[in-house]
Amino acid sequence: MPKAFTKLTATAAPIMRTNVDTDIIISINRMVGNSVRGHLGKWAFGSLRYLPDGSDNPEFILNREPYRQAEILVTGPNFGCGSSREAAVWALQEMGIRAIIGSGFGDIFFANCFQNGILPVVLDKSIIDSLAAEIEASQGAGRLSVDLQEQTITSPSGVRHAFEIDPRRRAGLLEGLDEISLTLRRDQEIRAFQASDRAARPWIHFAG
Amino acid sequence: MDTRGRTLLAKIWDQHVVAQLSDDTDLLHVDRHLLHDLGGSRGLLDLKSRNIPVHNPELTFATPDHAISTAAARAGTIKTGWDLLAALRTETSASGIQLFDLDQPGQGIVHVIGPELGLSLPGCLIVCGDSHTCTHGGLGALAFGIGSSELTHVLATQTIIQRRPKTMRVTFDGRMPFGVTAKDLILALIGHVGAAGGTGYAVEYAGSAIGEMPIEGRLTICNLSVELGAKMGLIAPDDKTFDYIRGRPYAPKGEMWERAVAEWRTVRSDSDAVFDREVSIDVSTIIPQITWGTSPEHVLGVDGRIPDPADIADPARRSAIEIALDYMGLKPGAPIAGTPVDWVFIGSCTNSRLSDLRAAAEVARGRKVAPGVRAWVVPGSETVKRDAVAEGLDRIFIDAGFEWREPGCSMCLAANGETVPPGQRSVSTSNRNFIGRQGPRARTHLASPATAVAAAISGAIADVRMLER
Repeated sequence: MPKAFTKLTATAAPIMRTNVDTDIIISINRMVGNSVRGHLGKWAFGSLRYLPDGSDNPEFILNREPYRQAEILVTGPNFGCGSSREAAVWALQEMGIRAIIGSGFGDIFFANCFQNGILPVVLDKSIIDSLAAEIEASQGAGRLSVDLQEQTITSPSGVRHAFEIDPRRRAGLLEGLDEISLTLRRDQEIRAFQASDRAARPWIHFAG
Repeated sequence: MDTRGRTLLAKIWDQHVVAQLSDDTDLLHVDRHLLHDLGGSRGLLDLKSRNIPVHNPELTFATPDHAISTAAARAGTIKTGWDLLAALRTETSASGIQLFDLDQPGQGIVHVIGPELGLSLPGCLIVCGDSHTCTHGGLGALAFGIGSSELTHVLATQTIIQRRPKTMRVTFDGRMPFGVTAKDLILALIGHVGAAGGTGYAVEYAGSAIGEMPIEGRLTICNLSVELGAKMGLIAPDDKTFDYIRGRPYAPKGEMWERAVAEWRTVRSDSDAVFDREVSIDVSTIIPQITWGTSPEHVLGVDGRIPDPADIADPARRSAIEIALDYMGLKPGAPIAGTPVDWVFIGSCTNSRLSDLRAAAEVARGRKVAPGVRAWVVPGSETVKRDAVAEGLDRIFIDAGFEWREPGCSMCLAANGETVPPGQRSVSTSNRNFIGRQGPRARTHLASPATAVAAAISGAIADVRMLER
């Protein structure tokens, strides 16, 4: 069941590369197994975060202070594209990320964020670039605020930007709703659909 | 009421709405849920821990593909791979889900077996915890990848919550030139619109080149939809589609078949349907494609030159190209052809069907893999493997110096221990050239099966049109 998200003021780290795919966020060989959750945070961005000998790559932003404490990512275009692996979201969550702000996200990654209580925010690229520039100018000292109630982002210098969000998904995050329980309340409707569909498209349904 | 024509997407979507949840979000019925070894048992175990039964096990099908070795007798399967398979066997059996197990007809890459078994049908809604589920759209199905939480939701409810995407139509018109394949068309499109060009859209592929294309090529086109950012790719079913499906194990039969085909003939966009975005491509201008960088959008014609960041004004784009060239170890401005290769991989849900292996064998026949190159052929399914062996394709590959392997995902995503070694360069028929995708620091170039064989024979990236008979 996802954690609720309401408001967050935290250190933000800009990761402005284009097309950061879910393979980059978590390597496949860290997620092969039935019980990988809880062990992924260390391996988030592994290929960027560690040198081939296993030591920290000092060039990578999340290895530097104060970005090590980042709970918000400001991201380049098409962040989270590629594979459907939800482990990418789990890995970010386990390293402490609660919100991701970018100009566009991979569709499946975007949906996976909501499933896990991470707020993904889409804003115009020009706003993203200005947020990244402000954060870099303060060397990470300026904190970003994300308010889901008000649907605003406040930059370190106090500039507020409104954002759009699907009301259903907003409500789900604010309340930390469990979708499976909610959908199972509609089980009568699901079974009624199946009964009428069985008459219309019997070739779809293998059991009476 | 809107009287305009309806799109293929709208027709399939509307037929699957169990409940409208908001203006643009619906609860949709899932007709086919495909599970694989990497996430399938995890979902079943999640559900078991919550004491919820699988809602419709008869609409759920499973096979191991991602984490099992493709070596003979599956030697080399890593321990976690066997553990995942054991859990998949136990949990599917306990839930009454059909499992297509190793060495059985039906086992294979989940996106190869769905169409092959007649599980994937026009107008049906298919989901799987794998982004390349869009492949099945080649048969006129609404098919898309989902995450782990959504997978568990489907197991529990046989439904999925989805926002209706925008629609985009890509029209491929013209005659496909010699040496150009479905893979080249879709790579060229990704180069044209970019890796995020389809984000938020369901993409319908249309036009004379699609009409003339065999079904397996259409599956390849739809397979790479997610690499242009679209969750879904669709092609309206036609007589070719029906001929392909007829007689397959799970396809409707007899009178039911006639009823189904009559219904499927309506599964197409109306002539006056309006799309949110339209793109047209003249395929007669396309030549064999190859990627040079670390995103499928980093693609060029095989006669092209590697981009030079010095020519790029936009700092973000320049930086992206610099990072990619550095990772790939390539020289800016040099011709891509002639770049030496160490590995060639023919396989994956993109290009491991019988027609792909035939196209590859056509180039490989009577030739030899260059010294120092390791080249693998990994059929997409047990059935593809058996059919290829019956035609003698395995002999052609083995005689040319390729390794002929067991079906599975193998070196496409390298989840099963089969990796390209660090720093080595691979030409691959798969779908992703991401950093580390084929193994830590592996360098991947995406291409068609014929172009991949040309690289294996030449020991370097090569123009297959120079080799073909």
